[in-house]
Amino acid sequence: MMFDVTKRENTDDLTSEKMSVRNLRFFYGQNEAIHGVNLSFYERKVTAIIGPSGCGKSTLLRVLNRMYDLYPDQRVEGEVILDGINILDPKFDRNILRSKVGMVFQRPTPFPMSIYDNIAFGIRLYDRPGRADMDQRVEAALRGAALWDEVKDKLQASGLSLSGGQQQRLCIARTIAVNPEVILLDEPASALDPISTSKVEELIDTLRERFTIAIVTHNMQQAARVSDYTAFMYLGELVEYDETVSMFTNPKDNRTQDYITGRFG
Amino acid sequence: MNMQLYYRRRLANRIVTIGAIAAAAFGLLCLAWVLWTLIVKGAGGLTLNVITEMTPPPGSDGGLLNPIMGSLIMTGMATLLGTPLGILAGTYMAEYGRYNKLTMVIRFINDVLLSAPSIVIGLFVYEIMVLQMSHFSAWAGIVALSIIVLPVVIRTTEDMLTLVPNNLREAAAALGAPRWVVIRHIAYRAALSGLITGVLLAIARISGETAPLLFTALNNQFWSINLNAPMASLPVTIFQFALSPYAQWQSLAWTGALIITLAVLVLNIIARTLASRQRTR
Repeated sequence: MMFDVTKRENTDDLTSEKMSVRNLRFFYGQNEAIHGVNLSFYERKVTAIIGPSGCGKSTLLRVLNRMYDLYPDQRVEGEVILDGINILDPKFDRNILRSKVGMVFQRPTPFPMSIYDNIAFGIRLYDRPGRADMDQRVEAALRGAALWDEVKDKLQASGLSLSGGQQQRLCIARTIAVNPEVILLDEPASALDPISTSKVEELIDTLRERFTIAIVTHNMQQAARVSDYTAFMYLGELVEYDETVSMFTNPKDNRTQDYITGRFG
Repeated sequence: MNMQLYYRRRLANRIVTIGAIAAAAFGLLCLAWVLWTLIVKGAGGLTLNVITEMTPPPGSDGGLLNPIMGSLIMTGMATLLGTPLGILAGTYMAEYGRYNKLTMVIRFINDVLLSAPSIVIGLFVYEIMVLQMSHFSAWAGIVALSIIVLPVVIRTTEDMLTLVPNNLREAAAALGAPRWVVIRHIAYRAALSGLITGVLLAIARISGETAPLLFTALNNQFWSINLNAPMASLPVTIFQFALSPYAQWQSLAWTGALIITLAVLVLNIIARTLASRQRTR
C-alpha cells in the first residue's frame, strides 16, 4: 500500500461528537456548491477533508466558522451543531463562534505588526491581561506552535520578516492564543516547502491533544499521516467518511478508490 | 522570413521610441524651465524679510508673512475638515458598502467632483456662504478648499483599502474580531502609508489653488488671523501682485510662487516615498 497510515491508540473509545453538519447546502449566488452534506467532527480528533479542486471542501470549512458571512452573495442552508447549538442561526454571535472555532488559511497571513502583537491582537479581543500575564500567554501560544525558540529574541520584529513556514506557525500560534475548541486548517501547508510542511504536520500532531481539528488538504499522504478520520468530497457531495485507516486501506466507494489511487484529481 | 516586413516593423519601432522619448523630454523640459524661471526670478527675494514682514503698500519693500500665515491656516483647517470626512467615506465604500449600488453612485459623483473646475467650487461657496454672511471670510475659503480635499481623500482611501488583501481581513475576522476592529487595527495599518499619501497629495493640490479663494477668502493687505474676516493667501497674493505694475510687488509674487512650488515639491516627494514604501512591503 502506498500510504503510511499511522495507527493510533484510541485512549478513550468513547469518541464524543464535537461538531456536526446536517443537511448542509451552500450557494455562491445561484450556484450551489455543496449539495446536502452530513458529517461529524469528533472531540480531540483530526478529521481530514480531501477531494479534487472545486469539490467544496474549503467551502465546507468556511461554513464551520461562518466565514462566508463576510460576503453578501454567499448563502447557506442546513445546520451546524456545536456542543448542541446551531451556530448557523443568525442570532448566534459570529464573533463568539470564531473565538471557539479558529481558522488557519492556506497562505500565511501575518498582520502588519510585530510578532508579539500578532499574538496579542487576538488575546486583547477577549481579555485585558496585565503585562506579565500577556507576556506569558504570548510565550505559551508561541511554544504551542513550536515557534518560540526561533523568535524569542526578536518578538518586536515585524511578523512579515519571518519565513513562510514560520509565518504559518505564527498564524497557528495566533489562533491557539485565543483558546478555541475547534481549529480549522485550510490547506495549511500547501504554500510551504517540504521541511516547513513536516514541521506543521508535527505541530498538528501535538495540537490534537487539546483541540478538535478539521483539515482540508490536497495532499493525500498528508491526510493519511495526520488524521484520525477522513471525509472524501466530490462535486459538492460527501462520498465517503470513515476512519482514516479504513478509508485508505479499504475504500468502499469506487470514486474514493479512484481518487486515492491517483486515477483522477 | 519576409525581411521587408521585419524591416518595416523595426523602423516603426524606432520611430515610436524616438517619438516617446521626445514627448517625455518635452514635458520634462517645460517643468525644468518653469522651475528655472521661478528660481531665477524668485530666489533673489528669498530673504528673512519674506517671513518677518507684511505685504507692503505699492512702492515700498515688505514680505509675505500674512499670506504665508493665511495659506498655512486655511490649508491646515481645510485638511482637518476634509480628511476625516474623506477617510470615513472612503472606508464606507471599501469596507462596508463594497458591493452596494450606493457605493457605485458615490464613486461616480466623487469622480465628477474630483475633476470639477475649482472655480466652480469657489462660486458655489460664494453663493452658499459669502452671500449669506454678506462678507468674505477665511471660513468660506476653508470650506471651499475642504471641498477640493474631500474627493481626493475619498478616492485614495478607497483605492488603498481595496488594495489591502482580503485574506488579511478574513484572518482577523477568523479570530473573532468585529468589523470595526478589523478596519481600525488591520486594514488601516496595512494601508497607512497609502492613506497618508492621499492626504499629502490633497494638501499639495489645495496649497496652490487660487480660484476657490478669490470669491471666498478674498485677500487682506494686513495681518489678520480672524477666520470671520477676509484673509490673505499666497496664491491670491501672487495673482494680485503679478498683475500689478509695481516692481516690488512683482518680485514678491515670484518669491511667493517659488515658495509654493517648493512646498508642493517637498510634499510630493514625501508622498512618493511613502507610496513606494507601501508597494515594496
